[in-house]
Amino acid sequence: MTVSQTSFGSHEPVLDVQDLTVKYIGDSRSTTAVDRVSFSIGTGEVFGLAGESGCGKSTIANSIMRLLKDPAKIAAGSISFGGRDVLAMSPEELRRFRWQDVAMVFQSAMNSLNPVLTIGEQIVDIFTTHAGLSRKESLRRAGELLELVRIDPARLKSYPHQLSGGMRQRAVIAMAVALKPSLLILDEPTTALDVVVQQEIMAQIKELQRELGFSVLFITHDMSLMVELSHRMAVMYGGRIVETARAHDVYADPRHPYTQALMGAFPPLTGPRVPLSGLPDGVKFRNIPDLAEVAPGHLVAPFGAGDLSIAHGTQATDDEDAALEGAIR
Amino acid sequence: MSHSMLSTSTGSGPARTDTPALEVRGLGKSFPIGGLFSRDSVRALHGVDLAIGRGEIVALVGESGSGKSTLARCVARLERPSEGSILLDGTDVLKRDRFQASRAFRSQLQMVFQDPFGSLNPAHRIGHFLRRSLAIHGKGGRSETETQARLEQLMDTVGLQTDMLDSYPHELSGGQRQRVAIARALAVEPQVILADEPTSMLDVSVRIGVLNLMRRLRDEQGISMLYITHDLASARYLADRTAVMFAGELVEEGESLDLLANPAHPYTQLLVSAVPDPARAGSYDPVRRAELRQAVMASTSCAFDGDPDQPCSGDQPVRHQVGDPGNRHWVRCHLYRPRAGAGGHALAADPAAGPSADAGISVHAGPPASAHPRKASA
Ligand SMILES: Nc1ncnc2c1ncn2[C@@H]1O[C@H](COP(=O)(O)OP(=O)(O)OP(=O)(O)O)[C@@H](O)[C@H]1O
Ligand SMILES: Nc1ncnc2c1ncn2[C@@H]1O[C@H](COP(=O)(O)OP(=O)(O)OP(=O)(O)O)[C@@H](O)[C@H]1O
Ligand SMILES: [Mg+2]
Ligand SMILES: [Mg+2]
Repeated sequence: MTVSQTSFGSHEPVLDVQDLTVKYIGDSRSTTAVDRVSFSIGTGEVFGLAGESGCGKSTIANSIMRLLKDPAKIAAGSISFGGRDVLAMSPEELRRFRWQDVAMVFQSAMNSLNPVLTIGEQIVDIFTTHAGLSRKESLRRAGELLELVRIDPARLKSYPHQLSGGMRQRAVIAMAVALKPSLLILDEPTTALDVVVQQEIMAQIKELQRELGFSVLFITHDMSLMVELSHRMAVMYGGRIVETARAHDVYADPRHPYTQALMGAFPPLTGPRVPLSGLPDGVKFRNIPDLAEVAPGHLVAPFGAGDLSIAHGTQATDDEDAALEGAIR
Repeated sequence: MSHSMLSTSTGSGPARTDTPALEVRGLGKSFPIGGLFSRDSVRALHGVDLAIGRGEIVALVGESGSGKSTLARCVARLERPSEGSILLDGTDVLKRDRFQASRAFRSQLQMVFQDPFGSLNPAHRIGHFLRRSLAIHGKGGRSETETQARLEQLMDTVGLQTDMLDSYPHELSGGQRQRVAIARALAVEPQVILADEPTSMLDVSVRIGVLNLMRRLRDEQGISMLYITHDLASARYLADRTAVMFAGELVEEGESLDLLANPAHPYTQLLVSAVPDPARAGSYDPVRRAELRQAVMASTSCAFDGDPDQPCSGDQPVRHQVGDPGNRHWVRCHLYRPRAGAGGHALAADPAAGPSADAGISVHAGPPASAHPRKASA
C-alpha cells in the first residue's frame, strides 16, 4: 500500500512509517500484530493513534524505538526518522537516537521506574549522563520538571513505591521531556491522572511543543482527549489502519463502522442513563483492505455490506436495539 | 459522624438490607517519608467514612494522589490503616483477623489493581493465575473438565480468546492484561469487588462491555463494588453513587446523576469543568480555572453560611446536605480544608501559585525552563 498522506502544514515529515508489518512468532501460534501500516508525522505535528485494545499500537511505538524483543519480527516495511533509516541504525546510533531524538512514555510507565532509586536520582541521572550537566544543575532542573507535572519537588526524595500511580506516570512524563527530543511518543500517558491534572499537563506539553517545535505520537483510548489535542489521527483495528484524517474530521464525520462505534460509545455527562454497547457481539472485521480517499485528506478502508450488518444488529433483541442507537449514530 | 445514608432505596438493584456490604469508619493512614530517621509523614487518608450497600456500586473519583488506591489497599488489608475500622458485612475485620487477611476474607472481597503491568507475575501463564484463584477458593468444580469450562467462560466474559490462557503476561497488551486482572477477581465470585481503574486501558467499545458486565454481576448476583476511576462519564454510567476524594478526605458524595449535575464542592466543580469534550475543544479558560483553584485552596465562603439548620465550620469537617434528601447528596463545608501537608496534592504543586495559596493565584503557562519561585514546602 502506498497511499502517502500529507502531513500537517507544509513541513517535511519527521517520522515516516511505510508498510510496517510486525509478527510475533510463537511455537504454537504466530500473530501479525501490525499489518502493512503507513503514516507520517510532520514537524511540530501531534498525531493520534487510537484503536481496539490489542490492535498493535504499542507494537508500532516499540518498533519506532527499535525496542521489539525476540519473538517479534519486523517482517516488512520501513521506518525513517529525519531521512535516516531507523531499521538500519547501529547500536551506537540507536543509543543517541533513543535519548536525544526520540523519547517515549511507555504504557507501563507506572511500573517502569527503577524501584531502588529515588525519583530525584533517576532524573538527575538523565541530565548528567546525556546532557553532561553538573549534579547541582541537574538537581535544580529535576525540581523544575516535577513542578511542571504538578508534583511537589520535595518528592524528589521519594522512591517510586511511595508515589501514587498517577504521580509515577507524571514522573515518567517529566523524564521523557527532560532532554527536549524532536519526537515524543506517549503511549497511554494519562490513564491514572484526574482530568484536571491531565488537562494542565497536556496543555503544558502542547505549549512546550509549540515553543520547541517537536512532534508527538499520541496513543490513547480517551477519544475526547485525542480529538482535542491531535492535528491528525488514525484509527486501527486488528493490526490495520481503518481510517485516518484530521482529528476533527474523524470526530465530526467518522466513516468506518469501527470508528463510528468508538466515537459513539462514550457515555454522556448529561441527560438520562441510556444503555450503550460497543461493537455488538460477534462483529469482527477481517481482511481489511487498503485505505481509499473519501474526502481530501480523509482516508478510509472500504468495508463491505457484510460489515454494515452492524448497523442493523445481528441478533437484534429489543434491548440490543436500544443499545445500538447509542453505539452507532 | 457516620451517616446512615443507605436507608433510602434508589429502586435500582436488588433489595438491600440495612447492614452495608462494606463500611469504613474514620479510616486514616499516614506514611513516613524521607530518610530512616526523618519524622516527616504524608497523611494519605484522614477520617474517611464510606458505606456500600449490598448490590450497590459506588464510584470513587478524585485528584491523582488523593488517597483512592490507599483506601482500597487498606480495605483489602494490603496496608494497615493508622486508625479507623473496616466492617465487612457488619463484622469488624481488623479485629477478627488482626494481622492479615484470612482466606475467608479473600473469598468475600477481591481487588483489581491499578497497574496491570505490575500485578501479574511474569513467570506464569494466564491460565495459571485463573486456575489458582479457582482452586484456592474452591470454585474450580469437581473435575478438570469443569475447571477448563469455567476458565473458558471467564475469558469469554472479559472478551479474551481462550488460547490466551497459554500466554505469558508479557505477551499481552495493556488492555488484555487489565481484562485478565478482572477475570481473576471474578473467578473467586466475591461479594465485594474493589476495582482500581480497571478499564483505563480499554478502548471505549470494550470498556462499555466491561462496565455492562459489572452492572450485570451486580444485578444478577448482588455483588457490591467500589469503582475507582478518573472517567467521570463512566462513573455516571455505572455507579449508583459517586464519592469525591480530595487530599485524603471525602469532600462530596451523592447519587451519581445528581452529584455530577449539581456539583457543590469547589473541587468537584473543578473536576467536572475539566472533563475533555471535543465539542468545546480549546475552551480551556485559564481565568475560570484560576477562580476554581482559588476556591478549592482558599475558599472564604460557604454556600450554607447563615443556614441555621446546617451551621458551617472551618475546624470540623461538617457535612451539609445538598438538595432533596432522597439524593443522599452531601458536601463538606467549604470553609473546612485539609491540613497542610496532607496527601499528594497536585493543586498545591502548581508552579503558578506563589509562595502561599492564599496570596492569590496568577495565571501562568510558561515554559518549564524559566525559574519558578519555589513554593514554600508545605
Ligand atoms: N511478546 C509477544 N508475544 C506474542 N504476542 C504478543 C506479544 N506482545 C504483544 N503481542 C500481541 O500483539 C497484539 C498487539 O499488542 P499491542 O501491545 O501492540 O496492542 P495495543 O494496541 O497496544 O493494545 P492496548 O491498547 O491494549 O495496549 C496483541 O494481540 C498481543 O497479544
Ligand atoms: N508506601 C507509601 N509510602 C509513602 N507514601 C505513600 C505510599 N503509598 C502512597 N503514598 C502517598 O499517599 C498519597 C496517596 O496515594 P494513593 O496512591 O492512594 O493516591 P491515588 O488517589 O490512588 O492517586 P492516583 O489517582 O494517582 O493513583 C500520595 O501522596 C502518595 O505519595
Ligand atoms: Mg498498548
Ligand atoms: Mg491510585
